Amino acid sequence: MHLIDGSASSIKSFLKTLSPVDQVGAEARAAMLGTRSIKTSSKSWAIDMAISMIDLTTLEGADTAGKVKAICTKAVRPDPSDPTVPHVGAICVYNDMVEIARKQLDAAGGHEIPVAAVSTAFPSGRASLEVKERDTKDAIANGATEIDMVIDRGAFLSGDLEKVFSEIQFIKSICGDRAHLKVILETGELVTLDNVRKASYLAMAAGADFIKTSTGKVTPAATAPVVLVMLEAVRDWYAMTGVKIGVKPAGGIRTTKDAIKQLVLVNETAGPEWLNPQLFRIGASALLNDLLMQRMKLRDGHYASPNYVTLD
Amino acid sequence: MTFEYAPAPESTSVVKIKSEYGLFINGKFVPAKGGKTFTTINPATEERLTKVAFAAPSDVDKAVAAARTAYSKVWSKMPAAERGKYLFRIARILQERAREFAVLETMDNGKPIRETRDIDIPLAAAHFFYHAGWADKLEHAGVGSSPKPHGVVGQVIPWNFPLLMLSWKIAPALATGNTVVLKPAETTPLTALLFAEVCQQADLPAGVVNIVTGDGSTGSAIVNHPDIDKIAFTGSTAVGKGIARAIAGTKKSATLELGGKGANIVFEDAPIDETVEGIISGIFFNQGHVCCAGSRLLVQENIQDELLEKLKRRISQIRVGDPLDKNTDLGAINSAAQLAKIHELSQSGDLEGAERWSPQCDLPGKGFWFPPTIFTGVTQAHRIAQEEIFGPVLSVLTFRTPQEAIEKANNTPFGLSAGIWTDKGSRILWTAKHLKAGVIWANTFNKFDPASPFGGYKESGWGREGGRHGLAAYLKGNH
Amino acid sequence: MRIDVKKTYKLYIGGAFPRSESGRSYEITNSKGVFIANPAQASRKDLRDAVVAARSAFGGWSGATAFNRGQILYRAAEIMEGRSAQFVDEIVAIEGITPSAAKKQVQEAIDTWVWYSGWCDKIGSIYGSTNQVSGAFYNFTIPEPVGVVGAFAPQKSSLLGLVQTIAPIIAAGNTVVAIASQKLPLPAITLAEVLATSDLPGGVVNILTGITAELAPWMGSHMDVDAVDASGLTGAQDKELRIAGSENLKRVSTFKSELSPQRLLAFMEHKTVWHPIGL
Repeated sequence: MHLIDGSASSIKSFLKTLSPVDQVGAEARAAMLGTRSIKTSSKSWAIDMAISMIDLTTLEGADTAGKVKAICTKAVRPDPSDPTVPHVGAICVYNDMVEIARKQLDAAGGHEIPVAAVSTAFPSGRASLEVKERDTKDAIANGATEIDMVIDRGAFLSGDLEKVFSEIQFIKSICGDRAHLKVILETGELVTLDNVRKASYLAMAAGADFIKTSTGKVTPAATAPVVLVMLEAVRDWYAMTGVKIGVKPAGGIRTTKDAIKQLVLVNETAGPEWLNPQLFRIGASALLNDLLMQRMKLRDGHYASPNYVTLD
Repeated sequence: MTFEYAPAPESTSVVKIKSEYGLFINGKFVPAKGGKTFTTINPATEERLTKVAFAAPSDVDKAVAAARTAYSKVWSKMPAAERGKYLFRIARILQERAREFAVLETMDNGKPIRETRDIDIPLAAAHFFYHAGWADKLEHAGVGSSPKPHGVVGQVIPWNFPLLMLSWKIAPALATGNTVVLKPAETTPLTALLFAEVCQQADLPAGVVNIVTGDGSTGSAIVNHPDIDKIAFTGSTAVGKGIARAIAGTKKSATLELGGKGANIVFEDAPIDETVEGIISGIFFNQGHVCCAGSRLLVQENIQDELLEKLKRRISQIRVGDPLDKNTDLGAINSAAQLAKIHELSQSGDLEGAERWSPQCDLPGKGFWFPPTIFTGVTQAHRIAQEEIFGPVLSVLTFRTPQEAIEKANNTPFGLSAGIWTDKGSRILWTAKHLKAGVIWANTFNKFDPASPFGGYKESGWGREGGRHGLAAYLKGNH
Repeated sequence: MRIDVKKTYKLYIGGAFPRSESGRSYEITNSKGVFIANPAQASRKDLRDAVVAARSAFGGWSGATAFNRGQILYRAAEIMEGRSAQFVDEIVAIEGITPSAAKKQVQEAIDTWVWYSGWCDKIGSIYGSTNQVSGAFYNFTIPEPVGVVGAFAPQKSSLLGLVQTIAPIIAAGNTVVAIASQKLPLPAITLAEVLATSDLPGGVVNILTGITAELAPWMGSHMDVDAVDASGLTGAQDKELRIAGSENLKRVSTFKSELSPQRLLAFMEHKTVWHPIGL
């Protein structure tokens, strides 16, 4: 379905059809959903679901092969003492770590766990299109089957929506059938929920398979109102086009409570069909251990200690 | 497998319901004349909670006499700042015992614990805190330099927000130096009686607050009592008119907060997702037992289909059931009588040709329940567009131009509340200006605050409650 | 010698000066019993017509800027000043007081217009408010005119009491159906002539002369009258009117002081508006 032909006027006129977002109302809705009380059986279901949705991430200048291998091992068997714990959704690393990650996952028995690479001059996106192209091609060549690209926020904020759109289209064309494309909006730099909604539609129209909140390098990141607006966008996009787009909040989701709030948001906004790793991911690192500790608490009936979960 | 929320019931262990409650007169719990009582039940389960004293006119006499004595001997002589401190104390105790009040309110009323916990009880405490600060600043209340209290105020409150309505009534009355005889609603007396214990804990002088439980006859005894100086009533328009007649030719003044049939107007450029939330909050908050409910949805015709689709989808997610479950959105209807009224008016909607829609939802077997319901194809001539249903039932009408929206919105004897949804600032102000309603929510709905005056035009009542304007109603001015 | 041309005292409805539709008039004499005039004796149908006129004038008058209303009230003072002598003569004749006392009453009436003129564009700032609610909302309260007000002018004063009754009601933006003092009605109709030439739109002020006891019940029960100034009623009439008025919950008031913002506020409703504050 071609809602936008790529021209500035078609983009502008399409985005004009979008309803505005009232920030206070959206925040109130997100806060209300945050009061949902998830207990006992639903909590243990949610914890496992959240684990399986994690894009276990390391995106540091200090990343080494050792560090990446460690998280890959953990991705496959998050709790070595408990084989009933599901594996995570994916590993998310910088481009140069993709090959290492892929090998380690395969070696540890995690063939089905994809490697996602942050791409297009992550996190700022400030590079030429040629560099972004090369970046993406490299990642795919090294075994990435998911590309987490950043949009050009400068272009978006200056009104050059055509540039944002065409870059996404271009990266999508590189990904083709070989890689899923996640488009990072960096909502903390877009500031308003109206912008979040516009950028979400822009990304979906340009071919995103997922829309992702943040790089993790900017705060605020995956706030509940931002995720709410993005979930509304994929829900309404599905109603409009019949295509389901995924959502990935990333940044700031550190506790089980945070993660379960995200699942409640999904459940009551986009709907239960989105509650699977194909359509919802959580970009995180520390979150996994908290989920594991909560899982132990539910299993054992007493509170857990960090001494009993692995550090990586 | 889908994400089912396991039951998350709030514990009732925090509440200790006594086997019987007396009237609270002159600082003590006393039995009613002849030991007469009535029972109060949990509308979600129909289980009997306890029995409560039934005040006869002679009991009302005693309460008024206690209030009069407290007024002339203690309360009117106390320095205003000291009076205020009692209100601050009450506010704090309500905060300290908030969970207990929330659970008890949910048990006696049937409303969801999420609402009692997050709205009713915190707002009730806030009302006392707000008015406490007024006590020693009354010369700034806008009624002249030496305002005086009326004396003894008789207050009759409804069952939809039992403790909150109590606080709306008692806090300004006390802050301004009046003493009070209050009657809670017959079906929801328990938080008022727990509030009496708060008065005791706060060491409030005896007789300043008196609480008499009973039915309409008790209320009538208050309204007609010759030694009461002012009446404050929240309830139905029919009863309000009766009060207006009863006090004609007497020295009593009255504040009346009565019914409504609020229009919630949605323009084509509305922020649609937040509008859907506002419509939900407008009609399903507190099971629609809200006088200011947005019970008439006026939607611009060119976005009706899109809006209704989103609305129905959202209504399908409303969680109906055990009010004590922390995830319940829509609780029990407060009484069998109210449920019958909702059924009757809904059936009139069917008979008059409106189209009824409710989502699939399982209602509990016991208790009083009504599913969230909308009627489309409603016109101004339908009873469900004119009469207050006071339940989770929304009537949907359309309009083509802003002028038509205003005409339809104002085409009612009521004038309590209205909603406006549009992204255009000047249209908000134009619409707000032309609406005949005392409270207008633009791009929001059903928001309440002690600092914000509340009350209606036309047959929705007399006067305001809350804010400086509400405070002034408890003062005799010299300006 | 010249024969005086005497005035026919008619009603003032919708900017026109009709006789009563009933064809009735009643005799007014001075305190010594000497005939003065036969003003119209308004019927319930005249009252009904006056309410219709007031209702149709309400939108325009309440929608006018407060500054504009203030200027028109001041204009009434200007025109009255020019016709002072006529008012003095009428008051002397009908009330039987001295010319200097009558003159004082006229001057006070003129000054009453001036005082209330100044309130038109201040009542909202003084008695409205912005309210500091908890949460991201801008919340304000403004007083607005209640609508059509029925007003029973005090019986003991022919002109001043009527001006003190009408001026605040229309200063607040309402329209009014005023019933003149039953026994002292003539200056009321001369006042109507002043108002008819003061740029005041027709129907904003309507003045009826006649029998108070006959008109009060119809005013009380009229469902399109929003509020009543009952100052000119007896206790029993006041009670009856309040009972009848309960059917549409009329706001019924009487007043202690002549010059008070309370006289505007009694015929105003407070409207509170909420709006979120967000990006």
